[in-house]
Amino acid sequence: MSLTEASAEAEHIPEQAEAVRGKGPWQLAWERLTRDRAAMVSLGVIAVIVLLALLAPVFAAITGHGPQEAFPATGLTPEGLPVGPGSGFWLGADSLGRDLFVRILYGARISLLVGLLSTLLATLFGVVVGMVAGFYGGWVDGVLARVLDVVLSFPYLLVAIVLVAVLGASVPLMILVIAFFSFAAMARVVRGQTITYKEREFIEAARSMGASKPRTMFVDVVPNLIAPVTVLATLLIPTSIVFEATLSFLGLGVDPRTPSWGAILSDSVDYYRVAPGLLIFPAVMLLLTTLAFNLLGDGIRDALDPRGEGGR
Amino acid sequence: MALLEVSGLTVSFPTPDGAVQAVRGLSFDVERGRTLGIVGESGSGKSVSTQALMGLVRGAEVAGSALFEGRQLIGMPAEELRRLRGAEISMIFQDPLSSLHPLYTVGWQIVELIRIHEPFVGKAQARKRAAELLGLVGIPQPERRVDDYPHQFSGGMRQRAMIAMALALNPKLIIADEPTTALDATVQAQILDLMMRLQKEFDTALIMITHDLGVIADIADEVLVMYAGKPVERAGRRDLYYRPHHPYTVGLLESVPSTTGAKERLKPVPGQPPSLLRPPSGCTFHPRCPYVMSRCRREEPPLMGEPGHQSACWLPLDVVGLGPEAARRREEESS
Amino acid sequence: MRPLLRVTDVRKYFPIREGLFVQKEVGRVHAVDGVSLEVRAGETLGIVGESGCGKSTLARCITGLYPVTSGSIEFDGDPRREVQMIFQDPYGSLNPRRRIGSIIADPLVIHRVGTKAERRRRVQELMELVGLNPEHFNRFPAEFSGGQRQRIGIARALALRPRLVVCDEPVSALDVSIQAQVINLLKDLQAELGLTYVFIAHDLSVVRYVSDRVAVMYLGRIVETAAGEDLYKLPRHPYTNALLSAASVADPDLSARRERIVLTGDVPSPIAPPSGCRFHPRCPKAMPKCVTDDPRLLAQGRPEGGHLAACHFPVEPGERLGSEKAQIEQESTEPHLEKGGGT
Repeated sequence: MSLTEASAEAEHIPEQAEAVRGKGPWQLAWERLTRDRAAMVSLGVIAVIVLLALLAPVFAAITGHGPQEAFPATGLTPEGLPVGPGSGFWLGADSLGRDLFVRILYGARISLLVGLLSTLLATLFGVVVGMVAGFYGGWVDGVLARVLDVVLSFPYLLVAIVLVAVLGASVPLMILVIAFFSFAAMARVVRGQTITYKEREFIEAARSMGASKPRTMFVDVVPNLIAPVTVLATLLIPTSIVFEATLSFLGLGVDPRTPSWGAILSDSVDYYRVAPGLLIFPAVMLLLTTLAFNLLGDGIRDALDPRGEGGR
Repeated sequence: MALLEVSGLTVSFPTPDGAVQAVRGLSFDVERGRTLGIVGESGSGKSVSTQALMGLVRGAEVAGSALFEGRQLIGMPAEELRRLRGAEISMIFQDPLSSLHPLYTVGWQIVELIRIHEPFVGKAQARKRAAELLGLVGIPQPERRVDDYPHQFSGGMRQRAMIAMALALNPKLIIADEPTTALDATVQAQILDLMMRLQKEFDTALIMITHDLGVIADIADEVLVMYAGKPVERAGRRDLYYRPHHPYTVGLLESVPSTTGAKERLKPVPGQPPSLLRPPSGCTFHPRCPYVMSRCRREEPPLMGEPGHQSACWLPLDVVGLGPEAARRREEESS
Repeated sequence: MRPLLRVTDVRKYFPIREGLFVQKEVGRVHAVDGVSLEVRAGETLGIVGESGCGKSTLARCITGLYPVTSGSIEFDGDPRREVQMIFQDPYGSLNPRRRIGSIIADPLVIHRVGTKAERRRRVQELMELVGLNPEHFNRFPAEFSGGQRQRIGIARALALRPRLVVCDEPVSALDVSIQAQVINLLKDLQAELGLTYVFIAHDLSVVRYVSDRVAVMYLGRIVETAAGEDLYKLPRHPYTNALLSAASVADPDLSARRERIVLTGDVPSPIAPPSGCRFHPRCPKAMPKCVTDDPRLLAQGRPEGGHLAACHFPVEPGERLGSEKAQIEQESTEPHLEKGGGT
């Protein structure tokens, strides 16, 4: 009897283990995601939108229409109404004779920029607050949880209106406003996840080996938060994009001359009878973008957590 | 005709990685008033198979035949199956808390069960029967405890209440799936005792599913050993323990420490259970079998032997009782 | 000779708090309530008992996971590095998102032992020691079966070359055929590395197999302790007798021959343990004295034999103990405590 014998007992195994060699949870999740048709189509749609946004200046050059330039001679009919889709204005012109197609592409830049940056900020802030609250518990948690409650019960539109009125509309301000109102949702989820993981036996194991609290938090809790945070962040992006469109629609978003989907929609209100494209095209873009991000988020959730476990 | 005749049962779960073949060709009979023990480790298919019979596994493909008093259970409409469950076949699970509704009193749940299946029984009468049942399974002051909620019961008492519910409609067959696994040794002894007593009293057939060879040793008339979705050995209780044939059965019996306190090295079954996505060729047990022959890798052995003792193994049938315990027994019996 | 571990009158109470704003203590779970024991270097002390008896809580007090309420735990060495623990759940005790190489290296990193390359070498050495393929250090826990995961947990516990390893139900979550692999491994490691074990389990035959001495716990107390075979052959405390007789054995004839002592009722709540002897409400031998007087652990038989039992009326050799099926009279009305009591 010896240890070699003991290992012989165990080392009968491999056949089956070999089949899944070295595939970590992330790789497995990626493989599951690539098999999810809806998520893949969504990813494709997002890629196309991003590409179009990046290529906006190219299309401006091709059509010869700058995003803020008005072409009253060619873009408006003799009666002063916007022209419909055609060879000159691919999707038609707006009420001032600006190229709708070019403006929508430039609008995509704003939407994506605001959506991504505000989500990034909200995620960073939300993760830190949520983890600190969940891991330390006690009065720290008590205070932070109340702060989150307050943020979540703010009338966000009212606050946004006041801020814009006081500070003036700008992209950075809008990103900050959106991030401020979405970080609380992230913080709540992260706090809940942290609390469930804190009770897990592997955290107890780490403590029994003498690991410090911050170490357990970063080494053992953080890797387990990546999945839920990724999912929620993906779902926050479309919310932020809609938030931006709403503010711009109300004229509280970016500078009114800057093309933005919300502003274009707001512009269409008076003209949609004569130029329905003014309403339809930006609305479809908004819908496509948010739907694609939502479906991708669902796909990521399913891929990361195939059995619907994961702490909750 | 046996009460329940299962033949060629297969259950598989489609997954993105392929079909998980949880049960692959299971056949057994249960006679009235008898106890069949089904033993196996996790992933052996012992629980899934009976749950599939009762229409309790979602998303599974179930095939084969299961005749309960001549009625085909496989493919039976859900509504008909639901009426059969509880009334003629009842089930007891490992965790009674998941089967008892937390917001209703235990008595109310038994009354409901009785009245769903026997609509002409009055409320007061059903309640009286509920109290009687609780008394029967050894719950003290049943008249008072009828009005308790499940959380007011201890673990052992909840399992007793589950048994009371299982008996409420005087079923012909009870399927008990690891009913004592979550309980402590002293409480387990009480529950097993109770089940054996009631079974005799009501002449109910019982299928006892467990991983614990000790539980089976006390309660089963006949034992079916399952491995990786297949039956590997089927024998009367004493035959199984003292004249096991299949190397897996022998391995199971030998891997538990001796009851005499002897400290010789344990003989584990080497290796790990196989993947049900890609089960091994030939005999499913061959990668772990100490007696493996080339035939075992190619050909799948069917259950062979006499009606009372069958084993799915290519080893000659007279190599019965491979273990030292069996050898000791043989010596004792021959002298 | 100094024992490696000396536990003196250790108590661990968990407060039960209630209240919306101001948390008020409304009661205490007496999880461990006055336990003393010694463990000598190189031996295995088995601790058995049913759920709620406090054996897991005691284990966590010994490893320093729980601060004790009162009493002392003395270890002859550095308790932070030389006392390690093996956990019950091979799934829960390994972080699913980390590679096993880094999991096993955890204790080394935490205690700043060696360079990165040295740690890598040590991890592979440990993996080989517990019967895992050292090349698999880059894999994730999900790629291993239950038995293999338990080996990973063992490797992690051994990384700092501990002298005392507390095993909390190390095989009870494993399949029967795998249990024996892990038990053999633990015994081999003990012989090879001169380890001392505190081995906690509810499975009496497993504890008998691995232990030199066994302590039986009931409601936070040790009720009987003896060299393994003495305890199993001649149990003196009525509870030990009942526990041994209730354990199922994989041998139908032996099981049929055995005299069953079927206890009445359930284990009482550790929030308000019974007066006197804590076993008296369920004891077939209970007398008025048992209700009022708390029995102390006293030597049974020869004093140097080390067989102690806490009972006013210990079971004599050959004595028959309530073999007839007892009526269930008074089951506890307390809901089972899931929290704090441990298993």
